[in-house]
Amino acid sequence: MLGFVARRLALLVPILLGLSVLLFLWVRALPGGPAEALLGERATPEAVARVKKLYGLDRPWYEQYLTWVGNVFRGDLGVSSRTQHPVVEELLRTFPATVELALVAMVFAVGAGVPLGYLAARRHGTWIDHVSVAGSLFGITIPVFFLGYMLKFVFAEKLGLLPTDGRQDPLLDAGHPTGFYVLDGLVTGNMEAFGDALAHLVLPGVALGTIPLAIVVRITRASVLDVLHEDYVRTAEAKGLAPATIRGRHVLRNALLPVVTVVGLQVGLLLGGAVLTETVFAFPGFGKFMADSIVARDYAVLQGFILFTAVIFVLVNLLVDVAYGLIDPRVRVT
Amino acid sequence: MGPANAASPGSPGSPGSLLDVRDLTVVFRQRGRADVRAVDGVSFSVSPGETVGLVGESGCGKSVTSLAIMGLLPKRGVHVTGGVAFDGTDLLALPPDKLRALRGRELAVVFQDPMTSLNPVVPIGTQVTEVLTRHRGLGNGEARREAADLLRRVGIPDPSRRLREYPHQLSGGMRQRALIAAALACRPRLLIADEPTTALDVTIQAQILELLRTLVAESGTALVLITHDLGVVAGMCDTVHVMYAGRIVERAPRYDLFASPRHPYTGGLLASVPRLDQPRGVRLEPIKGSPRDTIPWARGCAFAPRCPNRVEACTPDAPDLEGGRHALRCVNPLPSDSPEAKVVHP
Repeated sequence: MLGFVARRLALLVPILLGLSVLLFLWVRALPGGPAEALLGERATPEAVARVKKLYGLDRPWYEQYLTWVGNVFRGDLGVSSRTQHPVVEELLRTFPATVELALVAMVFAVGAGVPLGYLAARRHGTWIDHVSVAGSLFGITIPVFFLGYMLKFVFAEKLGLLPTDGRQDPLLDAGHPTGFYVLDGLVTGNMEAFGDALAHLVLPGVALGTIPLAIVVRITRASVLDVLHEDYVRTAEAKGLAPATIRGRHVLRNALLPVVTVVGLQVGLLLGGAVLTETVFAFPGFGKFMADSIVARDYAVLQGFILFTAVIFVLVNLLVDVAYGLIDPRVRVT
Repeated sequence: MGPANAASPGSPGSPGSLLDVRDLTVVFRQRGRADVRAVDGVSFSVSPGETVGLVGESGCGKSVTSLAIMGLLPKRGVHVTGGVAFDGTDLLALPPDKLRALRGRELAVVFQDPMTSLNPVVPIGTQVTEVLTRHRGLGNGEARREAADLLRRVGIPDPSRRLREYPHQLSGGMRQRALIAAALACRPRLLIADEPTTALDVTIQAQILELLRTLVAESGTALVLITHDLGVVAGMCDTVHVMYAGRIVERAPRYDLFASPRHPYTGGLLASVPRLDQPRGVRLEPIKGSPRDTIPWARGCAFAPRCPNRVEACTPDAPDLEGGRHALRCVNPLPSDSPEAKVVHP
């Protein structure tokens, strides 16, 4: 197991090296550049040249690349041309927000999706099944920004149950030692801040989790339907086991294998940022920050964030493979 | 049935019978298709400790009969009628939780394919102990000791190591032994073995059959052996029921059946088995046609289209199962002294 993890982590090196070249070139292939974006349409060529020199953009691209890679190895991702803050700082500020949001979205998707999918399969062909299949189709097709505004309109504005946007009530006196606001509430013992941070996650979490929810429902349903027809489920029934044992040990444990794969992929995607959701709920996360950085042609931020996303994606997939081995002894890695 | 039949082995309603299947009918219904009558009025009984064979080709309703007895058929789209009395309790009328309490404890089943009948992601040990903890209320440690003992009894070497292993680490024969161990864990009074050796190598088949025979004899468990293999029946069964197209067409004590088969289908089955005492060069006689060449029973004997002894009287009505010790369902049977070798198809 350890050897497997080590091999996979070693694979990160060539992946990241290749990716760094590609993304470095891609960022520079975007029309315009940070200087033009900073100075606006009416900038004189002299001014643009001055700013380019300031950021070292006048040098050949391979020179810039080598300097950048060298700095990355020293843990320095450069300075944002838009905010003038170090990229590492921005990363540490925005990424925890996105992690919290993604976790809430996945808890919602899996927590509601697996039972719904199981129920639909068990009641295959009945109205429960039809409603859940139609509902998941609806969940996949509904645009996130529309759903987001609807949720906000009903639950925040009309009913006033939940906050409309942001991560925390600005009037609240809350410390943020970790950057994960929910965790911060617990760490500092400030239960009000904890509850407030959690309340801020509900609506964006539901909006973001709707598509994964729909996918999880469908995968679970199909997979449970398959497993219910397996001989070993019949064996379990023939043993006269309690329904809960048959459901948990014999049906779900097998049926969840494909669900684990899908959930892993979805978590990887969500951690890459949810631009639309974060925009609708003015949630200061990773995706929103990156989208703004694209507009500003903020090379340092784009390079740093994309590289970081790649690392996260590989790690999440590694985690999925390890989890897979824990559930299924046939693919257990050595 | 006359009173003379009541005492004959295997006939329904025998006094003191453990399992009494009466007029069992299973109909599969699917929207937009004609109903399929997989089992049609099957009646038989099993006395305590007796070994009974259900023989027939694939698709004749043997397995569906066993699933119906165990209450393992899907609820929707399947219509089961008739009666299944186990020690006086009607299993078909039993509420699901009561039936669950009986299954695995009083009646158990071993299925055909050991490769797919074990859960691939659960250790062998758990798959044996779960029956013990459920029905005998054993604690975990106690159940594991008992499970190791069971595995040893079914001939699995190094049982405590095997308990921790997963199905994919065991051979087919080992898996079937493990399934037999789980089935016999609570010393059931009735074991249904549904083609228990079909998926195994020939050498392993003999071992598994021998194992079943010994275990059943030791514990006094009644055995319903479902098979298409007459050789298996010949070695083990007290009474044999031959099924065709969802009905029992012939029922006899083993010796009678092999010495003088009366139904042309049974005769055909026996003639298609290779024999050591046959002269070299004699070709095996297959039964012409396939089980699909049938007609609905309502219009006569389903075997008629394939039957060498077919007469006019075969088709207007479905004949009943008649006779005492040696019952059959045929209007023009083979002569009673006919050895099966004489059954020659035109």
